[in-house]
Amino acid sequence: MNRSITIPLNLLMVGCLGIFLWWAEGALDGYKIQILNLIAVNIILALSLNLIYGFTGMFSLGHAGFMAIGAYVCSILIMTPEQKTMLFILEEALPWVQNAHAPFLVAVIAGGLVAALFGLVIGAPLLRLGDDYLGIATLGFAEIVRVIANNIPRVTNGALGFKGIPDHANLWWNYGWCLLTLYCVIRILRSNTGNVFKAIRDDETAAKAMGVDVFRVKLLSFSIGAFFAGVGGALLASLLTTIDPKMFLFTLTFNVLMIVVTGGLGSITGSILAGTGITMVLEWLRFVENPLTIGDWTMPGIPGMRMVVFSLVLILVILFRREGIMGMREITWDVVFRFMKRGKA
Amino acid sequence: MNLATFIQHFLNSLTLGSLYALIAIGYTMVYGILRLINFAHSEIFMLGAYLVFWGITLFHLPWPLAMVASVIVVAAIGIMVDRIAYRPLRDAPRISALISAIGVSFFLQNVAIVFFQAIPRQVYRPAWLENPMLWGDVRVLPLTLFVPVLSLLLMLGLVYIVYHTKAGLGMRAISKDIETSYLMGVSVNKVIALTFGIGSALAAASGIMWALRYPQLQPIMGTIPGFKAFIAAVFGGIGSIQGAVIGGVALGFIEIMTVAFFPDLAGYRDAFAFVLLIGILLVKPTGLLGVKTEDKV
Amino acid sequence: MKRLVVLSLVLAMVCGFAGMSLAADDTVRIGVFLPLTGQNAFGGQLELEGVQMAHKEMGEILGKKVELFVVDNKSDKVESANAVKRLIEKEKVQAIIGTYGSSLAMAGGEVSEKAGIPQVGTSCTNPLVTQGKKYIFRVCFIDPFQGAGAATYAYRDLGLKKAALLIDVANDYSVGLASFFKKSFTKMGGEIVATLNYQSGDQDFTAQMQEIMSKQPDVLFIPSYFAEGAIIMKQAKELGATFRIMGGDAMDNPEITAIGGDAVEGFMHTTFPYDPSMPDMNPVAKKFTAEWSKLNPDKDPNVNAALGYDSYMIIMDAIKRAGSAEPQAITDALAATKGFVGVTGTTTINETHDAEKPVGLVMIKGGKKTYVGSITPEL
Repeated sequence: MNRSITIPLNLLMVGCLGIFLWWAEGALDGYKIQILNLIAVNIILALSLNLIYGFTGMFSLGHAGFMAIGAYVCSILIMTPEQKTMLFILEEALPWVQNAHAPFLVAVIAGGLVAALFGLVIGAPLLRLGDDYLGIATLGFAEIVRVIANNIPRVTNGALGFKGIPDHANLWWNYGWCLLTLYCVIRILRSNTGNVFKAIRDDETAAKAMGVDVFRVKLLSFSIGAFFAGVGGALLASLLTTIDPKMFLFTLTFNVLMIVVTGGLGSITGSILAGTGITMVLEWLRFVENPLTIGDWTMPGIPGMRMVVFSLVLILVILFRREGIMGMREITWDVVFRFMKRGKA
Repeated sequence: MNLATFIQHFLNSLTLGSLYALIAIGYTMVYGILRLINFAHSEIFMLGAYLVFWGITLFHLPWPLAMVASVIVVAAIGIMVDRIAYRPLRDAPRISALISAIGVSFFLQNVAIVFFQAIPRQVYRPAWLENPMLWGDVRVLPLTLFVPVLSLLLMLGLVYIVYHTKAGLGMRAISKDIETSYLMGVSVNKVIALTFGIGSALAAASGIMWALRYPQLQPIMGTIPGFKAFIAAVFGGIGSIQGAVIGGVALGFIEIMTVAFFPDLAGYRDAFAFVLLIGILLVKPTGLLGVKTEDKV
Repeated sequence: MKRLVVLSLVLAMVCGFAGMSLAADDTVRIGVFLPLTGQNAFGGQLELEGVQMAHKEMGEILGKKVELFVVDNKSDKVESANAVKRLIEKEKVQAIIGTYGSSLAMAGGEVSEKAGIPQVGTSCTNPLVTQGKKYIFRVCFIDPFQGAGAATYAYRDLGLKKAALLIDVANDYSVGLASFFKKSFTKMGGEIVATLNYQSGDQDFTAQMQEIMSKQPDVLFIPSYFAEGAIIMKQAKELGATFRIMGGDAMDNPEITAIGGDAVEGFMHTTFPYDPSMPDMNPVAKKFTAEWSKLNPDKDPNVNAALGYDSYMIIMDAIKRAGSAEPQAITDALAATKGFVGVTGTTTINETHDAEKPVGLVMIKGGKKTYVGSITPEL
């Protein structure tokens, strides 16, 4: 398809999203807006992990660590010094923590950059490891981040965490970042670098034989992924307005991984669909825990039932669509048009 | 630190380590054959401990019988999990099976929350296991010896099965090359089912012993020990049974000895294990006893 | 055909957003968010039972029916914020009860605060929960008060001079309470001989216990949840520790004697002034105990259930005094609560929105929880 058609179409889509958000902000209640916000953050996280794992083939389980870094950096920067004085009730904050302050945009970028820096530093030694071992090592990294966060109360306020983080992350910020992530990921994948990513994923040895500096390219992909994971963490912190180390357990990484795989490894549209779908299904499934009344007979709500149903759905999806919803395919304008035409014929 | 204290620490480490080792074996057996991190293993572990409790409270089974019954039922559950959630995905990308494993883990844990409730349950412990013996200044619970000894016996049994029976031969063949074994007439699915059965039985045994040592039952009790045992398996070289044993025991020692020697850093304990793991992987990318696989062009 | 399926799926997703349910005017809608699954489920489930009991007892206020909306926060902060959002926006509740666990209460509290819906915490004892908040209250006292209570009792009443601490560094409650205990204990002249840490989820404390034993303290303070606490005490006994062990309100659970066996014998913990073994119960507590035993013949009531009960009743009390179930009216009435008689004693809400009530003390004697009395901490 011609770029002169797709670009206006893409702009139109962005415009529609803008109108939808504008409508949502006024018409929807806070609960639904919260879910919309979570969807945006989950898509950012899923895209960044998909870049690392789905497109470059590096099995990384360090997402929770990068998110934690992004979240803490951003929160420290956007909270006012007075707030921090109130917050660090057990041990005083270090002077640089106490006095650091920056506007939201700068803080989110800083969160992403510091996460990317960590990605670079730990990626350098770890990316030599093969698949599952890389997964475990990065999982270890994430856990180390969490343990350290617990043990340096003068920076992170320890287990007490932060509360009252300014809630700048509204629909516009979240979807703005979501679009930016999407744009960056697509641009990277369309570029030559993106092809090298995929070459490494499909056959690392062959890529090496072709003269690709595999290590440098892997490190690049890993750091970009870490950057957006950090951004996602930063937005999540401001969205929830409270964080503590327990939030960043390895289960958080599994949630992101679940989205990426159910969507389809190596499919951007898959990540978007699954990010939207899973976030909504999880909330929607709350009804199974509510008491059920049929006539005179009331079944009391059973706590835990929601996750039982959710895990069953997850298993079924993976059993019947083992490559995820989208596999490695994408929904592009081409596909959409062909679909419409076939429908007419 | 005086000698008595050291011996005490040593025995505690050995008990903890042998428990980790038993759990780690289950992970490593499945991984060796299917290249699958069986996340449901930690829930199997939890079920093993709970079934003893239910066996005693609901069916009034005597304690030893309840243990045996639990091991058998749990082995069957392990085989069922494989049949339902993993076998259809044998030829799928490995990550699909991994997600399925995470799904099964969520499922079993939440079923336990729904049916067993979140309230911690007590564990029946026969008196002869908890009357301390005094060796000079060292206090030894029979339990501290019972756990490593029973673990050792179970491991020896496993080694016998793997190296001296036909089924074991099948397991080893499949772990080398699943397709060729298939062609050579190994009934692959049966052997894999057996592997899950044995792995789950060991998980149940370790769950039961874990509950004896740390006497409490909770639906989430498997998560952390399972996670750590898995780390131990990687540490020792995942896929290798000897590696899992070494890794498990080593992890037990690391956890206790770091606190014993650096009490001020006790809060960093979990980080130590990971730093060490990453260190080992950097020097030996497939773990201590792992076999190095070359990339084929 | 396939196209139709896809389109209808998309439609279904869109429709999922377009809302439903509007609040009817003839009911009072109370939301409850508690950890019914996950790590803190054992506390949350008990509190829910308390709330439900209170609801059964007083299902009507100002001639209107009271409706309860219960959501699980899964012991998770993200879920907690979502749960409260859902209660406020979807169920249109007028007041909220919750929750066990301070960090969960804070995550939810931000939401209620912004929406201007009053929230009454059950057993979230960290001072940060109500700090600077207009709409957040609690029926429990706060950790500095409780920590000081435990320290006062240990130092002044029991005459213990050397204390050791075993802290869960990954648990805000544990870190906070330990720190307040330490502050009071050293201020009175006591000495902290050892401070050892662990992480939530650890089950082997033998190494820490050995270290603590080598420092020979008179008392070990363990500000942990009761499940971990029981294991810690088991291991202390197995290793032959002889010092006294004390804990905080999170140790208060009827199961502790079952799980801890003889290892918890002699263990003392601070708690809210209610226990079924209390000799001089107020009428409300008496009624609560009797009612509970009727409903759950095989289970003793505990302080979590009592706090759940009280938080419901204190909201009802506020509604009655305000003569209205408007969120703002409830909030104002809650802030003015004075001398409310609940199961956990006479409660006054102070200017920081925390409950002022004495610190109770429970001891395990002969395999039974025994209420020792209440103390006034030296702050």
